[in-house]
Amino acid sequence: MDTAIDAVGLTKSYGAVRVLDGVDLAVRTGSVSALLGPNGAGKTTMVRILATLSPPDSGRAKVAGYDVERERGGVRRSISLTGQYAALDDLQSGAENLRMMAKLAGLGSRGARVRAAELLDRFDLAEAAGRRVGTYSGGMRRRLDIAAGLVGDPSVVFLDEPTTGLDVRSRQTMWSVISELARSGVTVLLTTQYLEEADRLADRVAVLDGGRIVAEGTPAELKQRVGGGRVDLTASGPAAFGRLRAALGPRALHADPAEHGLSVATDGTAAEVRRLLQQLDPECVLVERFAVHEASMDDVFISLTGGTAASDTDGLASRTGGTGGEVARV
Amino acid sequence: MSELTDTRAPAPSRAGRLPSLLRDTVTMSQRSVRLTMREIDGLLTALILPVLIMLVFVYLFGGAIRTPTEQYVDFVLPGVLLVCTGFVSALTATSVTRDMKEGIVDRFRSMGVAGGSLLTGHVVSSLVRCGCASALMLATAFLIGFRPTADAAGWIAAAGVLVMFVWALSWLAAVFGLLARTPEGASGFSFVIMFLPYASSGFVPVETMPGWVRGFAENQPVTPVIETLRALLHGAPAGADAAVAAAWCAGVTAVSVVLAAVLFRRRTA
Repeated sequence: MDTAIDAVGLTKSYGAVRVLDGVDLAVRTGSVSALLGPNGAGKTTMVRILATLSPPDSGRAKVAGYDVERERGGVRRSISLTGQYAALDDLQSGAENLRMMAKLAGLGSRGARVRAAELLDRFDLAEAAGRRVGTYSGGMRRRLDIAAGLVGDPSVVFLDEPTTGLDVRSRQTMWSVISELARSGVTVLLTTQYLEEADRLADRVAVLDGGRIVAEGTPAELKQRVGGGRVDLTASGPAAFGRLRAALGPRALHADPAEHGLSVATDGTAAEVRRLLQQLDPECVLVERFAVHEASMDDVFISLTGGTAASDTDGLASRTGGTGGEVARV
Repeated sequence: MSELTDTRAPAPSRAGRLPSLLRDTVTMSQRSVRLTMREIDGLLTALILPVLIMLVFVYLFGGAIRTPTEQYVDFVLPGVLLVCTGFVSALTATSVTRDMKEGIVDRFRSMGVAGGSLLTGHVVSSLVRCGCASALMLATAFLIGFRPTADAAGWIAAAGVLVMFVWALSWLAAVFGLLARTPEGASGFSFVIMFLPYASSGFVPVETMPGWVRGFAENQPVTPVIETLRALLHGAPAGADAAVAAAWCAGVTAVSVVLAAVLFRRRTA
């Protein structure tokens, strides 16, 4: 069996809001996949359906070979779900939390103790094992939360926004935890609104927007789709910005009126950039500066969803792949 | 070949389900008891407030109340015991709401833990809490002159009545906990429950109340429980009151368990 997750035509509405509008998703066993999308795209709903917490209105899905509606018990024994909010008791210590989860996963008292100690060690929490979780830092809680999901040796692990709200250092630690998890052979489906995260961790990325998968592929394939590169233009003034924007029309990946900046997809060759500038600005007055970048996941995201990537608005993740090319005065 | 490549977890067996339900309930009870013992604020309120209420009644109001018993404390103890256990049971609502609001209920469900196990855990911890509070209260009552005449059987029967009452009320509190959207809202349930023993035969003989209040006091569930406790603690036969008390407790429990099951399903859908 080489698909761990196989969903076809999932739909789900809450009241009049159609949160999922026919989603297909296939995840290969042992791979890491990312569901990438802005807030409200339906990522959490998708994960809740796959984790049997909420039934789809239509469509069907199998996880670890079990149907999420008709074989919930089988799915539940095969998965773990780590949600956006740490699902732990603040008033219990890290070790107590893990032992409790291990018992619920079917282990005996001794087995639970052994399993808890193993996981605390593996997630670098052995020192804090006896402390109440209420005293843990955000990063420690997330690690314990993931550890708690692994007590029952799941073959499929769902991570719903595993790094949202973490500081940069905790996020880095979390990334290495997830990479290591992937190396241990389990199938991971993570949701994220951070492009950099999907790029770093996932073998394949599905972009979810407005309840539909708008693109799917490896990070490299997705970047290819926007031409492999991006030119950032800075207009010489507001009027010039307006003229350039009008000339580009829908080709503009991104427009920033405050800084008079515009981004356009390109293959990155000198010939194409020269042609673009010639066509946009034959008199050499509108474009003040330009810079060529490799395409980042942000560009993919913007060109696919027409929305703004989270990393642009909250400044938590910097643009990736931004190996700034030549900067030239024209 | 398919056997070799099939990585599915073992299929669920019907025989394995009941033991796992029991085991989960035990685990969840241990969890709730541990949490309740560590929630110092709530625990102190639950222990100290009822003792204070008893002292206020015995030393401030009691002198002015004429009762069939020689000492007011002998008359009032079952009433304050129910104020106390009522208040403590009602805390179940807050803990249930908190669990439902936080992500932990999703984790439990994704692990196949039944809602019944989670809620029973809360009710069991309520029983433990009430046990501690009642013990403290009885000890204080003895210090200030409470002299029951019950024999061992009477004490056991009284404890049984109290357990029945707490069990029913805690399930009812769980229902409120599932209805409330915030722990603060859920805590409002305590006040409703604390009021009931006052409008009963717990503090003053019902004959002293105006007609319509008396009608309520005589027919509400707390009164037969109090009358039963009072009779048992003083070595008298509880008679019809015990049957009415048992019927109320069984009825409230049955309705609450069904409502809780429906609400849990709806809240987590």
